[in-house]
This record gives sequence, structure tokens and C-alpha cells, in this order.
Amino acid sequence: MDNPYLPYPVRIDEVVTETEDRNIKTFRLVFLNPEDEKKFSYIPGQFAELSIAGKGEIPIGIASSPTEKGSVTFTVNKTGVVTTHLHNMQKDDIMGIRGPLGNWYPWEEMEGKNVVIIGGGFAFTTLRSSIVYMLDPENRPKFKDVIVVYGARSPGLLLYRNELAEWEKRDDIHMHITVDGTDDPDWKYNVGFVPTITEQKITSSDNAIAIVCGPPIMIKFTQPVLEKLGFPPDRIILSLEMRMKCGIGICGRCNIGDQYVCKDGPVFSLAQLKNMPPEY
Amino acid sequence: MTEKVFLKDEWLQVLEGLKESYRLFVPVRDGDFHTFKELDEANTPDFTYANTRLSPKGLVYPQSERMFEFSVDKKDPDAHILKEPERDYAPRAIVGIRPCDAHAFLIVRRNFDNPEYQDPFWIKRYEATTLVGLGCNEPASTCFCTRVGGGPFDEKGLDVLLYDLEDSFCARALTDKGEAFLDKAQGGKKADEASLKRAEELGLSAADKVTAEVPTDRLKEKDMNELFEAPFWEEVAFSCINCGTCTYLCPTCWCFDIQDEVSGAQGDRIRNWDSCMFPLFTLHGSGHNPRDKKFQRVRQRFMHKLKYYVDKYDDGVQCSGCGRCVRYCPVNIDIRDVCALMNNFG
Repeated sequence: MDNPYLPYPVRIDEVVTETEDRNIKTFRLVFLNPEDEKKFSYIPGQFAELSIAGKGEIPIGIASSPTEKGSVTFTVNKTGVVTTHLHNMQKDDIMGIRGPLGNWYPWEEMEGKNVVIIGGGFAFTTLRSSIVYMLDPENRPKFKDVIVVYGARSPGLLLYRNELAEWEKRDDIHMHITVDGTDDPDWKYNVGFVPTITEQKITSSDNAIAIVCGPPIMIKFTQPVLEKLGFPPDRIILSLEMRMKCGIGICGRCNIGDQYVCKDGPVFSLAQLKNMPPEY
Repeated sequence: MTEKVFLKDEWLQVLEGLKESYRLFVPVRDGDFHTFKELDEANTPDFTYANTRLSPKGLVYPQSERMFEFSVDKKDPDAHILKEPERDYAPRAIVGIRPCDAHAFLIVRRNFDNPEYQDPFWIKRYEATTLVGLGCNEPASTCFCTRVGGGPFDEKGLDVLLYDLEDSFCARALTDKGEAFLDKAQGGKKADEASLKRAEELGLSAADKVTAEVPTDRLKEKDMNELFEAPFWEEVAFSCINCGTCTYLCPTCWCFDIQDEVSGAQGDRIRNWDSCMFPLFTLHGSGHNPRDKKFQRVRQRFMHKLKYYVDKYDDGVQCSGCGRCVRYCPVNIDIRDVCALMNNFG
């Protein structure tokens, strides 16, 4: 019998500090056993449990796209016991990952549609996975317009700044990068909260599906903007967070009603959420 | 299926003989209460007990269980890689388990053994266990097994069912595992007609002694969100002190926590029972807690057992009517009353 609690051993291949407050780092991980990489076949939207022997596990969205072979990437905010220890780890240190876990963004439904991606702060990780996945030459033709609104409190707190700049130059994706505020005179992009920029830049909900990932306050103010544009609740997609341990719907702690965020989620449509008890 | 009668005078000897084939767990008097312990010189079984205070779920699903071990020694090439320790899944039998507790294992099995994920720790230990049940001649005032799909002589989840006929036990095998158990039991005789008849009568009359009224027939049709927002939760939760006793004694509660512990250069990843009654249960790393108020936690326990589980599996409630939480809740919150409130709401 397979043991779903046993992590695959991995080696840290690269650590990148993403933000100027140094609280967010990206870790690129390589499997010690090549067969494990094949077993860890994932779809953008999913997460994994990062395991550090002696400290514990944390559920983190997968930031790399399955089109990026040879490694898996996670962007982690330093917030507690395990993440603090992880932030002190270096290249060639050994840890574990369990997964892929959870469900994924509704890629089949998204085919043939305009895809609107709205992200805030460090919730952008699985959205990066999605964007890289869609921009891959094999996948790009499946989707119509790809429009991204991504904001952080200040320029130094944006993730993946090099990639954002590269995407901004492409003509097969519309990037609307924004910050809440800045005193940098060279700031080229937008200034304004994500819901505000969303209202300005997203003009239509026709044949469009919106994926929204961010702190609860951002979601709270973005939702009415999308609803006013005519996005029905089943075309507004959210990814939730919960305190998790097993990640496989057995330890019982991450439920909302009869749904486990780790197993029946973390991706839920607004339509689904409206039918669930408001306990998240 | 085999049916045997064992005189009570020889029963202990029969059990001693069975120790060659099984690790045996029997109900033992422990101060004012009973608990399941391994049969050995120090422990004399007491089959006249009503039920144990702590359910026997701990014999299949230990309160603390080492999942993995690892080394954190820098010189060890395998450091930081989790390994499975040696485990003992030798055959064991729980003798004298009550039908409500056996039924509870079937309920809990849904959690640990499902199409998407199988928990090898729970499943292997459950499959190595033979359940020899003892029917209840005198259900307690707090029992309500018949209201939740069980009964004092119900066979669900059992491998053997014993009937207490005062001077003897009549044993009926119910499964292949039960057959194997009775086969290995030295002593006893093939059950005679009179004993079988007495056993049948016992079974029929015991169910009538369960008098509690616990309506569950309308739980499924209720709207989940309406029940969630019902006005009675604050009052139900008012006296609760979030001690967690209900979840620990309950045979159908299954939530757990995972913790790593390190001592020197060695460490373990351990699974411990956990409780939705504790605020830490759902505390996010950010500090946000979806259930930071007591009434939300109390509501979660009852909604989970009497609504979410009902909707998910369409096979009754996540409760086997053992009555432990009714008996031992320090503030007398009664699941039978809460169930009625939920069932009759709206």
C-alpha cells in the first residue's frame, strides 16, 4: 500500500529572495530520485506539502508550470516555524515534498475563453504557474485573450519582477501591473489598488473567466467589480487557504462544510462558495 | 457459520489459549471505570462492564503514533529523509467490544480508507484486528444505538458476537475472521438449541430497552447553510468549556495533528489525536482563525457529525450512540438534544 504521508526527497537547487523586505523567497527544488518527478505530475492551481524533517510541513501553491521540466518551484512567505527554518536553508540542503495535492484551475472550461487573472501580493504563485503554462507555445492557442492585473503594496513587494517585465513586452498577454503607492519617479506601471485597476482595465466579461487570488480584503473589493461587469458566479474562480496538516482530506481540520479545502479545493468557483457555509 | 457455547467458568482459560494466536485486549476494571487492556497476569477481564470510558478506537488508531523516523545528523547521508519504522501488525483481537464501538470502526473507516487516499497506518491495524463483540443485555440510560442505525446485539462491524447467558457465553461467528477465531478457541461445545433460543430472545428484548428519543430522519433534507446559520447555536454552546472530552472519548471522532519531534540527532514525525474543540485547530499562520469563537467550534462538531457526514455519505450520522459524550461532558451538553434541535429546525 502506498503511504500518502511519505514525502519525496528533494534538494534545494536555487534560492531567490523575491521581495525587498526579504520575507518572500522562491525555492527551486530537484528530486533526488528521477522517477519521483514523473510521479509528481501536476496541473497549475495545485499545491504540495513542503516537508522539513524535524520542523513539520506547510501547504504551498506550486509556482512553476508543468511545462518547466527538471524541477519544481515554490514561493514561500516567512510566517511561522517551518517557513522561518526554510528561509534559513541553502542550496543543496535536503527536504521533502508531498503531492501534488488538491484540485486545479478549470483548464478545460477555460479553453476557448478570454482568461482574466487577478492577483494580489504573494498569492500570485499559482497564477505564475498558470501564466507560464498558458504562454507555452503548445498551450497558447487554446485560450483567447489573456489579461493580468497584479498588484502589491509597493514595487519592492512584487514577485517575479524580471518575468513581469518580460511578459509586459509580449503581445500575446496584456499585463496591468500596479502598486498601492510608490514614491519612485521611475515607476512605469499603474498606481492604485487591484480592485480599482481591475475596474479600469477589464472592460468586458464576454466569453471570459476570471481567476482571483489574493488576500481576503482584495477579494472582497474585487468581487463586486467583476459582478458589475457581468461575470456570473460560476465564471469567477478563487483559490482558498486553510490551516492544513495531512493535505489529503483525512485529518479533518481544513473543512468548509462538507468540503475539504485540501482535497475538494483549494480552487472553488464563487458559485460553489455561495453554497458553502461562510467559515473561511 | 460456527456457533459455540462456552461456560463462563472456562472462559478465561479459553482466552489464555487464544493468546498463542492473537494479542488479546479485554475490558478491565480501572478504578471507577473500565478500560481495554492487554490480557496478562496483571489484568483480569471483567465482562460485566457497561462500557469503557475511553472507546477502544485507540487500539486500532493509537492516541500517539510514530509515522516516520529520520536522522538530523549532518554526517548521515540519509539525513532529513523520512523513513518508515518497523511496525507490528501481528493479529490481535478485541474481546468484549460493544456493538456500538464496532459500528464506529465502520464509520471511521470511510475517512481512512477512501477511493482517493488510503491511510496505511489505520487500515493495516484494523485489518489485523478481530472484533469479538459482547451484546448488551442492559443498555444504559445514555445509550441510543438503535436510533443511529445500530443496536445492542447489532452485527455490523463484528467478526464474532457473544451473548451473555448468565452462566455461559453463546458465540456466533459472523465473518471468516470470526470463524478463524472460534476455530482456534480450545474448549466450548457446539451451541445447543436452548442456548440459541435464549440468545435470540435476549437480542430482541434488549433493543426495546433503549428508550432515548433521537430523531435523525430529517437531517439530510435540511439546507446545510440554513442549519449553519440557525439561531440556536449560541445557546447550545453557551456552557461548553472546549475541554475536548467529547472528541477524545468518542469512537467516531477521527481528527489528528502531525508534529515533528527531535531529540539529539534523531527525530520522529508523530500523529496525535486532535480536537476541533481547541482554537489552535484552525489557526492560520497569518493569525486569521475561521473558528476563533467558541460557538463556531461547538457548531462545527455537531454539524460535522450530524449534517456534513450525512450529506457526504448518505448513510446515517457520524455517531454510533455509545452515549459517552452524554455521560462525561462536564457541562451536560447532550448530543441527543442537539440532534433533535437540528432535525426539527425550520
